[in-house]
Amino acid sequence: MFENLSEKLDKAFKVLKGQGSISEINVAQTMKQIRKALLAADVDFKTAKSFTSRVQEKAMGEKVLTAIDPGQLLTKIMKDELATLMGSEQSDISLDGSPTVILIAGLQGSGKTTFSGKLALLLKSKKNKRPLLVACDVYRPAAIDQIGVLAEQVGVDVYQDRKNKNPVEIAQAAIKHAKTNGHNVVIIDTAGRLAVDEQMMKEISAVKSAVNPNETLFVVDAMTGQDAVNTAKAFNEKLNFDGVVLTKLDGDTRGGAALTIRSVVDKPIKFIGTSEKMDGLDVFHPDRMASRILGMGDVISLVERAQQQFDEEEARRVQKKIAKNQFGFDDFLKQIQQVKKMGNMKDLVGMIPGMGKAMKGVDMDDDAFKGIEAIIHSMTKQERENPKLLNGSRKKRIASGSGTTVVEVNQLIKQFSQMGKMMKMMQGGGAKQMMQMMKGKGGIPGM
Amino acid sequence: MGIFNFFSKDKKEKLDKGLEKTKENVFGKISRAVAGKSTIDELALDDIEEALITSDIGVETTLKIIGKLEERVAKNKYINTAELNDFLKAEISLLMKEGYDEIPKVDGPYVIMVVGVNGVGKTTTIGKLAHQFKQQGKKVVLGAADTFRAAAVDQLLIWADRVGVEIVKQDMGSDPASVCFDTLQSAKASGADVVIIDTAGRLHNKINLMNELTKIKNVMAKVILEAPHDVMLVLDASTGQNAIEQATQFTKATEVNSLALTKLDGTAKGGVVIGISDQFQIPVRYIGVGEGVEDLQVFNKNEFVDSLFN
Ligand SMILES: Nc1nc2c(ncn2[C@@H]2O[C@H](COP(=O)(O)OP(=O)(O)O)[C@@H](O)[C@H]2O)c(=O)[nH]1
Ligand SMILES: [Mg+2]
Repeated sequence: MFENLSEKLDKAFKVLKGQGSISEINVAQTMKQIRKALLAADVDFKTAKSFTSRVQEKAMGEKVLTAIDPGQLLTKIMKDELATLMGSEQSDISLDGSPTVILIAGLQGSGKTTFSGKLALLLKSKKNKRPLLVACDVYRPAAIDQIGVLAEQVGVDVYQDRKNKNPVEIAQAAIKHAKTNGHNVVIIDTAGRLAVDEQMMKEISAVKSAVNPNETLFVVDAMTGQDAVNTAKAFNEKLNFDGVVLTKLDGDTRGGAALTIRSVVDKPIKFIGTSEKMDGLDVFHPDRMASRILGMGDVISLVERAQQQFDEEEARRVQKKIAKNQFGFDDFLKQIQQVKKMGNMKDLVGMIPGMGKAMKGVDMDDDAFKGIEAIIHSMTKQERENPKLLNGSRKKRIASGSGTTVVEVNQLIKQFSQMGKMMKMMQGGGAKQMMQMMKGKGGIPGM
Repeated sequence: MGIFNFFSKDKKEKLDKGLEKTKENVFGKISRAVAGKSTIDELALDDIEEALITSDIGVETTLKIIGKLEERVAKNKYINTAELNDFLKAEISLLMKEGYDEIPKVDGPYVIMVVGVNGVGKTTTIGKLAHQFKQQGKKVVLGAADTFRAAAVDQLLIWADRVGVEIVKQDMGSDPASVCFDTLQSAKASGADVVIIDTAGRLHNKINLMNELTKIKNVMAKVILEAPHDVMLVLDASTGQNAIEQATQFTKATEVNSLALTKLDGTAKGGVVIGISDQFQIPVRYIGVGEGVEDLQVFNKNEFVDSLFN
């Protein structure tokens, strides 16, 4: 599923690539496959249809039939087209107004409250704001408690009034409260509601007209299917929202709903949710999302995330060591720690172009390194620096020290030497070869 | 009479009403597509495809259904709307698994473990379910094993109070497996009939969290050998094709054996369950049609498919 769409596109392009010359029929067939792939990624039926016909038109215009590499040309056309549809640049939220009022709306369970907490944290830590969270979900059991807990977690104040069941009044009172207490941002969390629930839709319109927000955000689950069309349209008609928040993108959905929403309501996606934790909020990069849908790998994200975490000097030091064959177990340990800091292994590897497919069926556990770490910690300093020292009796000692077996220790030593080779390959850009090696040779224990 | 036969007439009407939109969209459209035509031409097939796809039935299942339809048309070009409806109804019915409507007799409490991704409606479904069991005179105990999401325990607690059933809980952040252990022990000791375990929502691609779920499930057997008797995966009707992957991963981790489909009171059709029920051979047992305590209905395959057509 993770690489579902790109696999299908690959297949689609293979039809083109496999043939010396291609015909209009081939292109049409390929487009059909691409449309299927988009549908499997939950892009709305009509959006997928119009998208593929536009691509087909352009492909014909750009003489894809006579191109040397039609597959590549088509990919480029598609990527450009996707990027256009996604919006060409990222867009920030407005922080005008004193206080800035931000209204959060969406279906039940889409992730509004969690997002509200994340946004409060972001504005507090990155923009130096003093946000006030407002509990306007007066319906769902313990909704007020939930936002209270999150407010405490991120260290901001919350406004609540358990006796009042009127969200309009609560929101108005909250803004008053913000003004007298020096809060410069007010984030209003509201109850989840269905677009067809007229009464509830009226309610949120009333909240909106009462508080006149600087920013109204529509929160939608990235896993949403064909219903994204109806819901986005209906909420937009009622609220004329300013932007979209796409949540739960740390799942393995391709997120076709993003494309749908962009194409039916011309509003930017402003944030994406990437974990359950309060810092799991990212700005939306349209081009990256286009790449994700196309399965080309989110290279830029990978590089950026890696850069954030990697001490560059350390990286250079290690590279030298690898080059000189001086890479020891201590360096290995450090590498593991770096990788762990970067987040979920599988996510990271999936971001490397071409790796998504290689990773299919390979289970990567975040705890995969536990055994390895234990073994290395049981080695002496000399042994870590010079693995050649590891003879039978030393191995036995290490095994009992780390609660593992000699077999496991041997395995690690073997894989460590492979790792060295892999890293050399990585320096040469052979990521795919590396994966093959890991898969073919049984991989690192627990992987 | 099964213990689940508790539907009043107006509940049925609510289901029909909920599904009316579906009917309008899917079969109204298909009917129009073939009306006045003696054959199902390319255009009509396109319309059928659109109708099925926009219900989230998915490409694979849609192709399967259309394939059957084409076979049928090849045999006999002249198929009228009524025949077409009957045919599609029968084909979709064939793909769906039927749920049983009575809790099997077991030694000690019958344990239901509820799993699913974040926000699909697990806790709400549990509240409604507890209510229905209670109405049937069953003694129900809830286990608050979502100790992770902010105020999750409070949420279940409010439901327990609302429907008047017992709840076993620990502090937020405590080990969910230990909550389950406590819950089952307490339920066993007090002679409860049904135990329903709430778990934290988790995305199915998070290996550690899925492993945790397996652990939670396994701990139950230490108290009641056969527990959990039922692992219920809750799916949100608005979820698209990713639901298939959810079913795959949750089944792997916990051997899911029933489904609940929530939020059918909205515009989403939840068609993805057709393929899931087919692929994994698990029945859809309940549908959620609102946020109230009464808004849970036993899923009945024929009723469901009938409601789509009639
Ligand atoms: N309209 C509607 N909302 C539902 C239904 N089931 C659950 N919800 C809502 O969906 C949201 C998430 O539900 P919750 O039970 O907390 O989900 P959980 O995270 O899976 O436990 C809440 O606002 C519920 O009220 C349903 O059948 N219809
Ligand atoms: Mg819950």
